[in-house]
Amino acid sequence: MLSLFLLLPFLGIIALNLPVKGRRDAAAFLYTLSLSIGQAIVVLFNPGDFWAKPDFWGGFFNLGLYADNLTFVMLLSIGIVVSTAVCVGWQTISDHRQRLNFYNLVLIALIGMNGTVMLTDIFSLYVFLEVTAISSFILIAFHRDLNALEGAFKYIVLSALATVLMLTSIAALLLFSGGTSFAAVSAAVKSNSGNVIVIIAVSLFICGLFIKGGLVPFHGWLPAAYSAAPAAVSILLAGIVTKVAGIYVLIRLVRDVFGPISEISSVLMLVGTFSIIVGALAALKQDNFKKILAYSSISQVGYIVLGLGCGSPLGIAGAIFHLFNHSIFKSLLFVNSAAVEKQTGSTDITKMGGLGSRMPYSNATNLIAIFSTSGIPPMAGFWSKLVIIMALWQMGHFTYAAIAILVSVITLAYLLAIQRKVFFGILPQELKHIKEAGIWIVIPAVTLAIIIIGTGLCFPLLFKSFLMPVSSFFK
Amino acid sequence: MVNDMSQLFWMCSIAGFLVFIIGIYGLLVTFNLIRAIIGLELLTKSVTLFLILAGYVTGQTGLAQALAITLIVIEVVVIAIAVGIVLCVFRHNRTIDAQLLRNIKG
Amino acid sequence: MVINIIILIALVTAALWTAMTTRLLRSAVGLAITSAILSILIFRLASPIAAVFELSVCAGLIFAIFIISITVTQRVTPEAFETRKKERMTKFWPLPIIVIIAAVVLTQIHFQTTFNLPAQTTPNDVKIILWNLRHLDLLGQIVILLTGAFGVVILFKEWKNG
Repeated sequence: MLSLFLLLPFLGIIALNLPVKGRRDAAAFLYTLSLSIGQAIVVLFNPGDFWAKPDFWGGFFNLGLYADNLTFVMLLSIGIVVSTAVCVGWQTISDHRQRLNFYNLVLIALIGMNGTVMLTDIFSLYVFLEVTAISSFILIAFHRDLNALEGAFKYIVLSALATVLMLTSIAALLLFSGGTSFAAVSAAVKSNSGNVIVIIAVSLFICGLFIKGGLVPFHGWLPAAYSAAPAAVSILLAGIVTKVAGIYVLIRLVRDVFGPISEISSVLMLVGTFSIIVGALAALKQDNFKKILAYSSISQVGYIVLGLGCGSPLGIAGAIFHLFNHSIFKSLLFVNSAAVEKQTGSTDITKMGGLGSRMPYSNATNLIAIFSTSGIPPMAGFWSKLVIIMALWQMGHFTYAAIAILVSVITLAYLLAIQRKVFFGILPQELKHIKEAGIWIVIPAVTLAIIIIGTGLCFPLLFKSFLMPVSSFFK
Repeated sequence: MVNDMSQLFWMCSIAGFLVFIIGIYGLLVTFNLIRAIIGLELLTKSVTLFLILAGYVTGQTGLAQALAITLIVIEVVVIAIAVGIVLCVFRHNRTIDAQLLRNIKG
Repeated sequence: MVINIIILIALVTAALWTAMTTRLLRSAVGLAITSAILSILIFRLASPIAAVFELSVCAGLIFAIFIISITVTQRVTPEAFETRKKERMTKFWPLPIIVIIAAVVLTQIHFQTTFNLPAQTTPNDVKIILWNLRHLDLLGQIVILLTGAFGVVILFKEWKNG
């Protein structure tokens, strides 16, 4: 029944665009919201044998979908982040027709992401990455202001470059494997492990994924796209799109398809460390709320890749847990930036101050997200960073572990600078009239904050039953 | 026969690689947005050639053609969206010689 | 083999002309010619259906998209054209040299390999593979075409402030 994750959004798009009179934007909002929340809940209460059931249309469609625990973690994050973006979109986009277009594109992005995490074929992977990417291009350029168009064009160019690298790699792998399924490719890579063409193919594919995930030598597009996109779209992009398109695929391929190759592991650790450092240092210098968050995203993704490069089951479990945590706390930070942007009309943090007294919910939830990002106990982010650092320590990578701890301090510094400049301090005269942003921004913010604290407090329970099984597929 | 196939593969790969270099160079050097899209198109041409070639030399032309057709369909949509964004930029600026691409390379 | 090499040289030359020529319109024509030559090559590599797609979609449809966008945006005076021509010559003179050097170096390498594959289990027919075995790709293509329609609606809808 996994195909429901693709077919329900698809049928929704068709139904929403039938020429019917009435508030189609409200219908679209309710449908998208219930679909994404439903996805999160269904995955959370994981009814095991439900997924194993064959589709009710018998063998008519042969989609070849597959789900393991990693897939379920991703489906859960997708559900949470998409529902957040849907709520914020309702609050920040006012025009009826634009709202309808927005929800259609969000549903398409949902199909793209759900497909990406469930498929088992390296070429279908390209197709669904393109579905996600094309809907993101349009979403970034949604309001057609010049900065957003610039960000979207940069994203198109670099994303096209990434897909070209991946397709070259697929063509090279076709020389050795009898098909494009993960199983065939995996067998081909294993039986030709020393071959130069195979090594080039694998490195090209991983290079493409570095571009998609915005890791350091290839991060040029990311701050432009994140900061220029409409508020709700930044949540979607930063929270989940680049994580699915870049990082999830990286984990899946390195873990299950290409297998642990030691050269790749060291490259991953190096790139991860550079991303951590460069992202954090660049974030220190910014004055724009969303740009700081974008660079912080690069830095946090570096932690995930560092954990993955570590290669031990503990490291991969930490990477996946940090991926989940990152999508929650980065969405929360972007929700708060959306609230501030909507109420003050600006994202320049030097012009603000003292909003905490006016926007108490944003103030409190932002502080929780900051603590989780920089790894203060007992927030969820603390545990995932701890697991990654422990894994590094176990494998004897002491320098990397030390850098990871040190940059956590820098993370706290630049994020607290946001908190100090935006929410603490003296309220400027022209911002006296500010109120809390609307209900559809406060509800997701509070929900995400509860998820962060809840995950942090339940961590000992989750670790044995939920997280270590995620990495147990690693053989 | 094997030798012939090997030689043909290598010649076509060289041509694909050269088209790839030309595309990358055109993409990096230009400031004109439409020229950047043309550079991307050249890159896609080289990839189409690689896919078909891989299918031909391994005798999986059916699979390779199916992949190439999917690739071409997706390519058209990406190009249409990119051109749409360029036209929007043009409506703002009345020019497409913007220096937009300058800071991508950093 | 000789015919193949001529086609390959023509392909690279057309691509080079596409990248180097000063007029945008000629560049688009060059791209269409590159596509046409590529489709001949694809046809000779025993892939007729992909060749038809390449010819009709890339040399036809994409060429039309480019021509429309260029005629809408391009307004160049002759003086501006002359300066731009000089600029392009200074920027692009290394490209043919790089291409020729790369071609010479790469043709010197004697590449030898045999292509061994596991036994084929699927039929080698593009229609069966596309329509019966790759349903997920078909779904993805349909969704992408829908996305393209939404994109055109959003990007081209009339502008309120002139």
